[in-house]
Amino acid sequence: MELKTMTYIVVGLTFLVYIAIAIWSRASTTGEFYVAGKGIHPVANGMATAADWMSAASFISMAGLIAFLGYGGSVFLMGWTGGYVLLAMLLAPYLRKFGKFTVPEFVGERYYSQTARIVAVICLIVASITYVIGQMKGIGVAFSRFMEVEFATGLFTGMGIVFIYAVLGGMKGITYTQIAQYCVLIFAYTIPAIFISLQLTGNPIPQLGLGSTMADGTYLLDKLDLIVTDLGFREYTTSSNGNMLNMFLYTLSLMIGTAGLPHVIIRFFTVPKVRDARYSAGWALVFIAILYTTAPAVGAMARLNLTNTIQTGDVGSAAGNLVADERPDWMKRWETTGLLAYEDKNGDGRIQYYNDANADFVTKAEGWGWQGNEMTKVDRDIMVLANPEIASLPNWVIALVAAGGIAAALSTAAGLLLAISSAISHDLLKGVFMPQISEKNELMASRIAMAFAIVLAGWLGLNPPGFAAQVVALAFGLAASSIFPALMMGIFDKRANSTGAIAGMLSGLSATLLYIFWFKGWFFVPGTEMAANTPDNWLFGISPEAFGAVGALINFAVAYAVSRATAPPPEHIQHLVEDIRVPRGAGAGAAH
Amino acid sequence: MITKDNRAAYWKDNLRLVTICLVIWFVVSYLFGIVLAEPLNSIRLGGYKLGFWFAQQGSIYVFVVLIFFYARQMNKLDQKYDVHED
Repeated sequence: MELKTMTYIVVGLTFLVYIAIAIWSRASTTGEFYVAGKGIHPVANGMATAADWMSAASFISMAGLIAFLGYGGSVFLMGWTGGYVLLAMLLAPYLRKFGKFTVPEFVGERYYSQTARIVAVICLIVASITYVIGQMKGIGVAFSRFMEVEFATGLFTGMGIVFIYAVLGGMKGITYTQIAQYCVLIFAYTIPAIFISLQLTGNPIPQLGLGSTMADGTYLLDKLDLIVTDLGFREYTTSSNGNMLNMFLYTLSLMIGTAGLPHVIIRFFTVPKVRDARYSAGWALVFIAILYTTAPAVGAMARLNLTNTIQTGDVGSAAGNLVADERPDWMKRWETTGLLAYEDKNGDGRIQYYNDANADFVTKAEGWGWQGNEMTKVDRDIMVLANPEIASLPNWVIALVAAGGIAAALSTAAGLLLAISSAISHDLLKGVFMPQISEKNELMASRIAMAFAIVLAGWLGLNPPGFAAQVVALAFGLAASSIFPALMMGIFDKRANSTGAIAGMLSGLSATLLYIFWFKGWFFVPGTEMAANTPDNWLFGISPEAFGAVGALINFAVAYAVSRATAPPPEHIQHLVEDIRVPRGAGAGAAH
Repeated sequence: MITKDNRAAYWKDNLRLVTICLVIWFVVSYLFGIVLAEPLNSIRLGGYKLGFWFAQQGSIYVFVVLIFFYARQMNKLDQKYDVHED
């Protein structure tokens, strides 16, 4: 069957499933809309959390990022998984015991302060909206590349699907669709990886294949190290991401940020018990780890395949490079999307792909008549998107990758949209402006807030602000420096009071924002940066993306010091803290 | 009825468990995967250099085991101090 028809059928089938789930799981109370009635099985919640968490970036971009960064890409692998250890041990069980609907609600009650609640709402909305723009872009990209429709058409279709199940079903609808989406995306990710691992190493398990030997008896990673250094690139298995301090703090920022992202935290409000929240975090990480331990294999193998495709013989020999006219069909196909570009700089009709930023190697290359790297564009996303074609896999696998990419983007978008809409309807409307609102009206308000959030996200996806590429750093920086410390102190430090928490959140947040804006421009306006964004200018070589951990430390220190310099929190708050520290009483749930 | 002493003892044991888990969390990722990665890379695990393996595979496996270990131990503590649900 033709690829396009196949793609339409596979993607269409997944959409039918999502809509069927939406109709079956309508929400009829605010409890169902915000936290799925607290009735989700911990394993099911783990699966939904994995889909909620793994975004278009995890699915489409991460393996490519690792392919080009090598060892330096480890910060994403450790950072985006290690956060679940913090979540499981420091936040999830206690927030589940607290038993309310939103993250700002905990902040507001624990710190007995509407100001604290509003600061938390602002952090949540900024972090979630910046994050959702990327998902909307991901949906449009997946549609336009695989189904050959306009970017906007793809985006509207995706918005329509999310609208149906998120507005009707709230958290309940989102949870069951996320479970279905997890199944789609994990099959779509692992099947091509299994085939490629089998082709290269004879081992069907990519995690083992990456450490295995190839047909010629050499280890795959040794071979990869050799061929990339032969072309002037840094050695794959040792190329670090900045200095050691930067790798350390980058990883820490991503971990703390992960644990502090509200759309992930609220997933743990949906399980029946405190005990379930602990196990559920474990299951979530199991389901995430399946993709995250496969990604390094996909990255390394794709890099090997790509390099070998172009460098067909010995480096420097006259016939060692791919003849341009004989380049494989997948290269031609992806050139039309602009993700891949080639330019015959020395006019020899062959393609040279090497590191022309490496001065020593360039001198050598000039001796062979090479006049610059001719792969002028190799988008990192190509590593996952074109992977099945590079390995000549059947059309249904390519169709599955399309459905998987869309599932990953939709599931994360829905989770973020719920976090945004519940912050508006529950924290701002019911919590601050209209405390007397009836449950029926609040449910209606939450549906309207959801619809509004979807439209806003769609609009931002169509008209992405100039800083769209920087937003991931911003979202993690915000979550790490503001939300996580406030939550953790709220549970582990009985003495933490409202003045301390607010001072902590604001100082952590401003330090992080200041550092990011300093190197990336005020509010990301180009030309307003105070110093060039290069390692020489960074404080101790810490990149702006890695600064969230420093912001978090500042938040902790300020909150601790200010809390002790001011009056302790009132008696009933100290009782509240003691109460959330023990599981008993969670089953009944807090009265609302 | 949960007594004050009971609560305090339960919390102390909980903190000890969390500390142990987070020390392991720190060692496998930050020490083995980053700080000590270079010396560890001289040891091989099949085709993997050990430091690289911890950074891209091993630490993630340990994280998963840690959470389940923590959840199991917490269940035991809940029972021991009679603060469990139901």
